[in-house]
Amino acid sequence: MTITEKILARASGKTRIQAGDVGFVSVDKVMMHDVSGPGVIKVLSEWEQKGKKLDHIWDPNRVWIAEDHFVPAADKVSAENIMILSRWTKKYGIKKHFKYGLGQYGICHTLSHEEAMVLPGEVYVAGDSHTNTTGALGAFAAGLGHTDIAYVLMNGKIWLKVPETMLFEITGTKPDYLMAKDIILRIIGDIGTDAANYKAMQFSGNIVKEMSMDERLTLTNMTTEAGAKNGIIEPDAVTESYLRERTNASYSPILGDTDAKFSELLTYEIDKLEPTVAKPFSPGNVSAARELQEIEIDKVYIGSCTGAKFEDLQAVARILKGRKVKVRTEVLPAAQSIYIKAVREGLASVFLEAGVVIGPPTCGACCGAHMGVLAEDEICVSTTNRNFPGRMGHVKSKTYLASPMVAAASAVRGKITDPRDIS
Amino acid sequence: MSNIDTDVIIPGPYLKIHDPKELAKHAMEGLDPEFPQKVSEGDFMVCGSNFGCGSSREHAPIALSQLGIKAILAPSFARIFYRNAIDGGYLLPIEIEQQTLGRIFDKDELEVDLNQNKILNLTRTESYVMMPFPKLVAKIVEAGGLIYYRNAEEG
Ligand code: SF4
Repeated sequence: MTITEKILARASGKTRIQAGDVGFVSVDKVMMHDVSGPGVIKVLSEWEQKGKKLDHIWDPNRVWIAEDHFVPAADKVSAENIMILSRWTKKYGIKKHFKYGLGQYGICHTLSHEEAMVLPGEVYVAGDSHTNTTGALGAFAAGLGHTDIAYVLMNGKIWLKVPETMLFEITGTKPDYLMAKDIILRIIGDIGTDAANYKAMQFSGNIVKEMSMDERLTLTNMTTEAGAKNGIIEPDAVTESYLRERTNASYSPILGDTDAKFSELLTYEIDKLEPTVAKPFSPGNVSAARELQEIEIDKVYIGSCTGAKFEDLQAVARILKGRKVKVRTEVLPAAQSIYIKAVREGLASVFLEAGVVIGPPTCGACCGAHMGVLAEDEICVSTTNRNFPGRMGHVKSKTYLASPMVAAASAVRGKITDPRDIS
Repeated sequence: MSNIDTDVIIPGPYLKIHDPKELAKHAMEGLDPEFPQKVSEGDFMVCGSNFGCGSSREHAPIALSQLGIKAILAPSFARIFYRNAIDGGYLLPIEIEQQTLGRIFDKDELEVDLNQNKILNLTRTESYVMMPFPKLVAKIVEAGGLIYYRNAEEG
């Protein structure tokens, strides 16, 4: 069995399962945020209105809450949603509610690893499609909607179809101008945005083994853009030391069997891979950054669960140090802890001196919600993960998805730029 | 049209809204702002593959079902949209064959026969196959959604 199959087998109390099986599995952790949370709470209260009483939820210690999409409250409705969440977590005794403006908080998929909310071998479901991100820790992590999360909150389990696994072997020697973002954009460009529908995408190979956790998280984050149910990387020494810096909690990791069956095996030799950009309006519409170097841009956005982790900000700072940006540029660290580190380690002053605005951790403009959305025809290079029409603002705005290095280099030149081409 | 994503079905700024009637006013706004006026109770949508890709927002099937849409016929669906539609009991995501797409036209009158896994085109007196729902999914559909589904096996 693959790691995904083995995790789901353990969670369903079976010794053997295989891709295609449909059944219920026990959940270890569940998360909802300020967009999915009020929707879930609505499902629960409608159920209560039918005469059922919900005095307690399944396990308050396994539930956690993030405020990320519309914080700081973008308007009255968002402010009310945040209040709805606070009242609900108080009522049901949920301690892990990361509140905006109250210590650690940030984008949900960033907190899940920064705060070690999820551990290797666990089944983690959450009310957000990029839940796949957390699979980089060696967990089964998948996104669900409101009704499904409401069901988990009541019963501690959910039905799933065991996915087939596509294995991506990433090998070779990584040039220093290349980031995980370039690799995953190339993969989505090759396989297409629905190639992994209902499937797991697993990453291995020497490049993945050598990658830091922050870089691994970029790979799994964008498996959602290929339609995958989950992205996953087998836990190893990198996982262990990453988690040990953050938690004492014990866990029992799972590895796939050596004779596991994969639906596809794709090998990527990345020595010659170029910095890669996804053009509007699909994450699969990719080109080499150099082919787009004449495109003038209006703005650079460095944010989101994909592209504002600490190492993403370090990559940006390496390029911006001693330089000035030519177009409006925003950096929104993905969590308060990352923001603090950026201040302590001098990144924040590099950004400010380069002319960049630093914003509070939030999903903000990544989903076109607030805090810097795009105007009609505005062109943005962004470290986020989606560039559908209207995703970051006006339906006629244009977003080019890129690595933090490409984004920073583009900010310096005012045009889409390969990091090798800045002087 | 393929790859209709949830940002098109219900754009990001409306995610803070949870009232189905309000959401319905903005359904498909990213593609056709007039869409809500063009559909009525009992309508089906016939779409290209990978319908509903993108975010996990349950707002998408809620908005469409509030407009009266009962089923979406497409060669394939993005997985979260599919689950949300079924588990929330909003509408039926029905997988059809790619070639069926070219046989159905705007305003054709359709009927779905879940017992025989068939779609009847009353206008053209034709019928097409649909992918049967997996057993568990069919039971959830019958129950009217996951919350109402109770099964001895799963306690
Ligand atoms: S940062 Fe963007 S992709 Fe990540 S959770 Fe927020 S809206 Fe979703």
